[in-house]
Amino acid sequence: MNESDIQRRQFLKTSVGAAAVAIAPGMLLFDMAHGKADSEAVSGKVRWGMLINTANCADGCNDCVTACNRENGLSGGLSSTDSQWIRKIELKDMRTGRELALPMMCQHCEHPPCVDVCPTGASFKRADGIVLVDKHLCIGCRYCMMACPYKARSFVHGPLHDQNPDVPRGKGTVESCTMCVHRVDQGKQPACAEACPNKSILFGDLNDPESEIAKKVRSEASVQVRADLQLNTGVRYQGL
Amino acid sequence: MSDNSIPKLRSSLFYGLLSFGGLIVLCGLYAVHMMEEHGHIITGMNNQIVWGIPHVFAIFLVIAASGVLNVSSIGSVFNKPAYKARAPLAGLLSIAMLAGGLTVLMLDLGRPDRIIIAATYYNITSVFAWNILLYSGMFAAVAVYLWTMMEKRMNVWSKPAGFLVFVWRFVLTTGTGVIFSFLVARQAYGTALLPPMFIVISFAWGMAVFHVVQSAIYAWNQKSLDEYVQKRMRNLMGVFVIAALYFVAAYHLTNLYFARQADFEHFILVDGGAYPLIFWAGYICLGNLLPLLLIYHPALGKGKCVLAASLLIIAGGFSLLYVFIIGGQAFPLSIFPGFEVSSTFGDGAIGQYQPSMPELLLGMGGVGISFMITAIGIRVLDFVPHEIPKSN
Repeated sequence: MNESDIQRRQFLKTSVGAAAVAIAPGMLLFDMAHGKADSEAVSGKVRWGMLINTANCADGCNDCVTACNRENGLSGGLSSTDSQWIRKIELKDMRTGRELALPMMCQHCEHPPCVDVCPTGASFKRADGIVLVDKHLCIGCRYCMMACPYKARSFVHGPLHDQNPDVPRGKGTVESCTMCVHRVDQGKQPACAEACPNKSILFGDLNDPESEIAKKVRSEASVQVRADLQLNTGVRYQGL
Repeated sequence: MSDNSIPKLRSSLFYGLLSFGGLIVLCGLYAVHMMEEHGHIITGMNNQIVWGIPHVFAIFLVIAASGVLNVSSIGSVFNKPAYKARAPLAGLLSIAMLAGGLTVLMLDLGRPDRIIIAATYYNITSVFAWNILLYSGMFAAVAVYLWTMMEKRMNVWSKPAGFLVFVWRFVLTTGTGVIFSFLVARQAYGTALLPPMFIVISFAWGMAVFHVVQSAIYAWNQKSLDEYVQKRMRNLMGVFVIAALYFVAAYHLTNLYFARQADFEHFILVDGGAYPLIFWAGYICLGNLLPLLLIYHPALGKGKCVLAASLLIIAGGFSLLYVFIIGGQAFPLSIFPGFEVSSTFGDGAIGQYQPSMPELLLGMGGVGISFMITAIGIRVLDFVPHEIPKSN
């Protein structure tokens, strides 16, 4: 074996070793990045929804908002440029004077206008009815904010710090209530529903006839906000 | 010809203009850098007024880019020689304003670095995505049209190319109007009246921009515009202004007739603070009535009056768009009709908006880009209308 053969072998060995070291972490990460098995993937058989009983929504209570901010790493600031994924609205009927309060957030429409207008498809609806923004595709045009009838979306106006790893956000992109999709996928409830002291927010699968929410919307009156738009919202209200 | 007799003056003037335009563009780029660095927090835009001054500039430029092609259409499609001589200049202005407007729109994005995503991921139900195709197609169609006009061998194709541009710009302005028409839940928008309104408005604004540029070119080249041509173009602009006013009136009257829209109209026309003022004083008086007086009054209607009328029409255009885009968003969404509402997120409250310097500079930067493309185009290619003045 001459000198050049030895050098060539040495070179090949080193190259293969270096390539393995370079690729291995990526392969491991790729493996870890796989989502749930196909059998566990989200399916159209489920329609996540919420039923909010305004009669139990206490005046002055803000627990759902606080829980949302904490869960999703929002600052809780109230300026016009701060993100508010859920807010309490105080209402007064102009004819009768009746007053009530309710939490307002993305209504997770079956036919979401935000998804229709988004130029890149960043706004999308999961098979289980949860409307989300893909932070990698959002170009920050804000057309979805113009189109949303519920003023449910916020634009990230400045740099972000201390993000929750489960809830990635991005400066210059649009965001809104995710129905705590990261919790729902773990079999938990959205933070707001869990935090409500009066259990005013009932979360569940509208498509499962045996679920508490399905039974309740079947037996008791509830309405969709701006039902005239026929968006078939996933969030419904009682006592409105 | 007088064109060649004063090259030095034209040269110094050209570089002066170029530096001026360049400075404005640089200011715009600095504003973009600041917005990139700090985010939109340094603009006046917020979660209620999500589109602001940059959109006023961008939409004005895009609408005028379509409308200015009227001059070419009347020449190529309807065979009017006076307009035919001006068709190349109109084409150049169209490309210039389209480039300026789209640059502003693009650089105002939250993530302008992701513009490639807008070009590679299309959501076919989005009118924004359609417009990306319409705008790029417009560039191509006008470029081909210019080529057929300026290359003698291709002259035979200039009529079909002109026809293509004629159709394309109608579709394009429809697309721009539809951006607002498709907003189902906003009181100010969501009406099929907007696309035709935008088309007619584009005629007036495009014509006004053309008049201003044409006057400047003629003045700087010490040429004088033929009186007959001036009169024809001036009268046409007047008709367009009246037609645009008619559409704006129809839009507001329709809204006034609907009880659910009454509060919005009251806000925009009467008690909305700056918005009614800008609408009545800026758009109606300065942008319509005064220009019409300058155009049609028997004692007026000469060169300087037409130039003043054109500048006023442009100012009126900005006023209308400010009220339409920003005033339209400032009025709160009617989420719970029949209820008085309040919240920490501005529900039920009039949206506050203070335009900031960076966004103004960004908008001006777009105008600067249009200006520079026009100046360079006129300098390096033969865009100045060719005709021998009959009078003077």
